[in-house]
Amino acid sequence: MASSILASARAEPAPSRARRTRALAAGGAVFVALLIVAALAAPVIAPADPIRQSLRGRLSAPTLSGADGRSHLLGTDHLGRDVLSRVIYGARVSLLVGFAAVIVGGLVGATLGLVAGFRGGWTDSMIMTLADAQLAFPFILLAIGIIAVLGPSFHTLIVVIGLSGWVTYARVLRSQVLVLRSREFVDAIHALGGSVARVIARHVLPNVLSSLVVIATLELARAIVLEATLSFLGLGVQPPTPSWGGMVHEGREYLDSAWWISTAPGIVLMLTSIVVSRTGDWLRDLLDPTLRGE
Amino acid sequence: MRGLLPFLASRLLRAAIALWLVSTVVFVVMRLSGDPVPLLLPPYAPQSEFARVRAELGLDRPLPVQYAVFLGSVVHGDFGQSIHFRQPAIRVVVGYLPATFELGLAAFALALLVALPIGIVSAVKRNSAVDQATMALALVGQSAPTFFIGILLILIVSLKLGLLPTSGREGWQSLVLPALTLGAFTMASIARLTRSSVLEVLRADYIRTARAKGVSDAVVVAKHTLKNAAVPIVTITGLQFGTLLGGAVVTETVFAWPGIGRLAIQSIYNRDYPVVQCTVFISAVLFIVINFCVDLIYGLLDPRVRSS
Repeated sequence: MASSILASARAEPAPSRARRTRALAAGGAVFVALLIVAALAAPVIAPADPIRQSLRGRLSAPTLSGADGRSHLLGTDHLGRDVLSRVIYGARVSLLVGFAAVIVGGLVGATLGLVAGFRGGWTDSMIMTLADAQLAFPFILLAIGIIAVLGPSFHTLIVVIGLSGWVTYARVLRSQVLVLRSREFVDAIHALGGSVARVIARHVLPNVLSSLVVIATLELARAIVLEATLSFLGLGVQPPTPSWGGMVHEGREYLDSAWWISTAPGIVLMLTSIVVSRTGDWLRDLLDPTLRGE
Repeated sequence: MRGLLPFLASRLLRAAIALWLVSTVVFVVMRLSGDPVPLLLPPYAPQSEFARVRAELGLDRPLPVQYAVFLGSVVHGDFGQSIHFRQPAIRVVVGYLPATFELGLAAFALALLVALPIGIVSAVKRNSAVDQATMALALVGQSAPTFFIGILLILIVSLKLGLLPTSGREGWQSLVLPALTLGAFTMASIARLTRSSVLEVLRADYIRTARAKGVSDAVVVAKHTLKNAAVPIVTITGLQFGTLLGGAVVTETVFAWPGIGRLAIQSIYNRDYPVVQCTVFISAVLFIVINFCVDLIYGLLDPRVRSS
């Protein structure tokens, strides 16, 4: 044990670690690129129509020559639909909802953070209390309540997932505004007739850009997993539109006989989540080590 | 104990505001859901019947009054009648609570039992194969979706290996997989956190002093390191306990575990809104109470927190 504690003081030899990080980063980049291509070019790439059913080809294991004479690299589901095609089309849903939710959350969070920072006083404490309260609550429960009542739809999903993540953006922008507000040059800009918008565009945003990129990446991973979770619970994207969470749910009953229906989309989802959130961690270490604590 | 009272007061205020916000959201969402009366009456009920039920539920009164009445009944735990179970919603939800508690506690205990030793070993044997493997696994555990972890466990442990039941709540065997699924995220976070806090302490000057004095390694780790690494671990651990409640919805659905999470989802399918609202509210109360207790413990452990 003596040697081990001593060893812990020594860092790992730098070259091997750097090489491994590079390899992992390259792998992640390739995966994300594939995913984006799959989402954009789904109709071209997908071997079959993702919602076309085939009674003869039901529950076929991964095969090169199925009962319907086609190849199903990831098998078919309980309605005879090609799982690979559905996974490819599912990337569209995941990325669309993910990016849209990040934009919604970012816009709402940035606006509220700027307002809180510039207005200060009562408005500021209102907004920050709201942020605290939301953080003090497992949002998925509220999301379930809201979607249960409003009914699941693409728009509801994007708004609910987006609103679940506004707080971090708001905090970062607010604190940046607070830092700048006490600086003399901001007073000078005001005195010279410069608008608040100018201060935001020229001084606030450039300072927080790297933090925002990091937050948005981590939020993207969270949004994709939340969409899949809600779809898995039947509260997200509705059938027959293929979504990864919904597919895992559909395959749940056939887990024993046709394991590929659930596992194929599940593994892609898991990889996506790991790759995107690791990218976020990596960006954070690279761009903005101060965010580490959050 | 200087500063403990103001600290307590500010945390209480925060908890109260959070509760008020949750009940307000529940009220707003309920109003958005439209008229519940057609759900309660047969399709061809006469107009007079609609008016009577509406008056009975207080829906004919102005919104501010309805809001006040709603807050009043929430304080009394009155969420109306469950449409599906035909008894007060609160009684239904309370009946499902023990299963959720059982699952939550098991998940939490399992997470701690596995994560603490792993975190300590990883820190002490930093960069060893064990460290790299467990930390890679922890990263997966932190970013993998809970429901898919559950599905994978069912597929591999129950169906392929035939070791444990796939669902239900009979005996300890049926508790293992749900607890593992629900606890996976917590386990991963606690393992990583334990590793980094132990590492941090191992670098401290007083550890070097202790080692220079000739204190044995086992004693250094057990006595000096763990004690000082405990504070951040306790905090995050406590906060994780609240997050478990949110994960319970997914885990209970995957494993057909009869707790309030599954009740909420089933009530949505049954359009049993009183039960849905009651579940959301009760979970919120639990979550807020737990967070409050964690804050309190933290404030007692580390006086510096009180001032912030």
